[in-house]
Amino acid sequence: MPIKLPSFRPRRDAYPPDLWTKCPSCGEMLFNKQLDKVLRVCPSCGHHFRLSAEARIEMLLDHGSFAERDAGLESEDPLGFVDQKTYPDRIAAAQLATGMRDAAVWGTGTIDGQPVVVCVMDFGFMGGSMGAVVGEKVTRAAEHALASRVPLFVVAASGGARMQEGTFSLMQLAKTVGALERLRAAGVPFLSLLSDPTTGGVFASFAVLGDVNIAEPNALIGFAGARVSAGTIAQELPPGFQRSEFLFEHGFLDRVIHRSELRSEISSLLGYLVAPSVAIPAERLDGDPLGLPSFRPLSFLSNLAERVLPPESETGDTTNGHGSRPVQPEPDQPASDIEETRRG
Amino acid sequence: MVDRIRGRGRDAEAARAEADPAALPPPAARDPKTETWARVQLARNLRRPRILDLLPELADEFVELHGDRLFGDDEAVVSGFARIGERRVVVIGQQKGADTEENIRRNFGMPHPEGYRKSMRIMELAERLGLPIVTFVDVPGAHPGPESEERGIAEAIARSIGLMSRLRTPIVVVITGEGGSGGALAIAVGDVVIALENAVYSVISPEGCASILWRTADEAATAAVAMKMTAPDQQALGIIDIVIAEPGAGAHTDHAETARRIRGVVVEQLDLLAAIPLDELVEARYRRFRALGAYREIEAPPTVIPERPGLADRLRNLLDPGRWSGISTTPAGRRDELPARDEV
Repeated sequence: MPIKLPSFRPRRDAYPPDLWTKCPSCGEMLFNKQLDKVLRVCPSCGHHFRLSAEARIEMLLDHGSFAERDAGLESEDPLGFVDQKTYPDRIAAAQLATGMRDAAVWGTGTIDGQPVVVCVMDFGFMGGSMGAVVGEKVTRAAEHALASRVPLFVVAASGGARMQEGTFSLMQLAKTVGALERLRAAGVPFLSLLSDPTTGGVFASFAVLGDVNIAEPNALIGFAGARVSAGTIAQELPPGFQRSEFLFEHGFLDRVIHRSELRSEISSLLGYLVAPSVAIPAERLDGDPLGLPSFRPLSFLSNLAERVLPPESETGDTTNGHGSRPVQPEPDQPASDIEETRRG
Repeated sequence: MVDRIRGRGRDAEAARAEADPAALPPPAARDPKTETWARVQLARNLRRPRILDLLPELADEFVELHGDRLFGDDEAVVSGFARIGERRVVVIGQQKGADTEENIRRNFGMPHPEGYRKSMRIMELAERLGLPIVTFVDVPGAHPGPESEERGIAEAIARSIGLMSRLRTPIVVVITGEGGSGGALAIAVGDVVIALENAVYSVISPEGCASILWRTADEAATAAVAMKMTAPDQQALGIIDIVIAEPGAGAHTDHAETARRIRGVVVEQLDLLAAIPLDELVEARYRRFRALGAYREIEAPPTVIPERPGLADRLRNLLDPGRWSGISTTPAGRRDELPARDEV
């Protein structure tokens, strides 16, 4: 849940008090109250509007079950980065506009009574870019999921790594993926929802690594910006390039799910994504509940992996999974705002 | 950006540098912007030694291994067995071409997914054989084209990062030229990260950063300074551990001496790492990347659970409760089926 600081005005007031939203896909004028009731999906063309982290949590988790963790994490400015504004100014502006402290929240909750550790990103905060705070939250969520053996569920919504933190933001790829590798070795499942947009360093790290990857229709999901891709081949990109259906066809998504079905499908999936129970060594019961700081977990983890997992081989090639579902081409929507925030 | 990817801009730059290498004053005499940009130019110098230029001096024997066993052989990545004195190691490196013809073959040093899947295959082999790994990073970025996206460049990078974070064998990383974002990090998760003096490491190319934050690629030098992307700056930030001084006016002036200097440091590090038990080594590697990133923790106000019914609850009341009990049989990507908007 986004933090509400007293000095911050609620997000709803930050917007001009407009009652109507124009669908960027079909141009239909939509009454905002009605749009909220249909989970912010355009009734005439099925365009899925982006959701804030708060709306996403309300939509997917059992009401009142979400307990946020580490709400007080805030970015620092390790490089003293200044472009046309200073980085702290940009953060302050984003905090004012969104009421969030950074572009992700994590915590625990339930979906139809099934416990999950959940981390949700918000594209509204600096393009959902991943700096140290987002990386830390994803990592802590994964570590908590490992320690409690509860499945991890991450909702990605990001243009990529946060340039203002330089290579520190690049290192968040290694940090989050490293934590996920441990989760995987311990046999705790990870469900990844790639929402619009998931690009750059977020796609190329934790978001793509779900044991089950799901996405909403027509979400922009890709590694490099479309302009770069188009430039390298100097020809038109295939229709539907870097959209959910494109990734589904090429075998990188398990399911493309309409928002109205999302919660029930996630609930069903969680019925299978259950960590097999293991005996916890007595030495771990006293001591830090997360088992984080001490220097021992690795051998513990590898033993654990041998106990709960069959010998595992890396599934490198996933490019052959051609699905039969046709790509549904959609009118191009303006992507300029995404374009600008995409980076490796 | 596009020009750079096609190699045009870089040929021109290199031609200028080759025509008058003495025109550049020594680094120390220049202001930060000029100095940083000079280093970026040196890192991209067409005559900068690549892994295949370094190996004759750096190793006493090199046997190249090819192919990812899944799709093909990516010549932008060179991998194989090498002998350095009595030490047997596995070597992985990114290889740019020396001329246009070779650059086309090697795709300007930008690996496709099969390049990373080849290096993953060889790294797993190294782990099985108990051989340490030495990687050589020199990449503008992973290949951004549609074929890369189709074959899952993001997945390949994420898996490679994950594999390196858990490999039970010592890993020494040497950044010799450009450390370009995720394409570099995919082979740069190591126990020790070494860089040549004029190497650079960044989350995005300075041109890309400038065109997003300054709205013009002309500010690339300013962006390069802001991102602190030079090897000495990265060392000060703790992302690079060791910086190796380059001979003369830069590594391109003396390939053999550069290789000898790298060899000295790599051998020293291999011997240090060989003495560490594998469990500790992998744990320390995890801790190293786990700790990167700057944030602060503020005491957060207690989580407020909203009293009004959540969006999800209100929706669930609107919809038939039976729908929430299982995965529906309708195709997930369908757009024509909408939530119960007739009730709104």
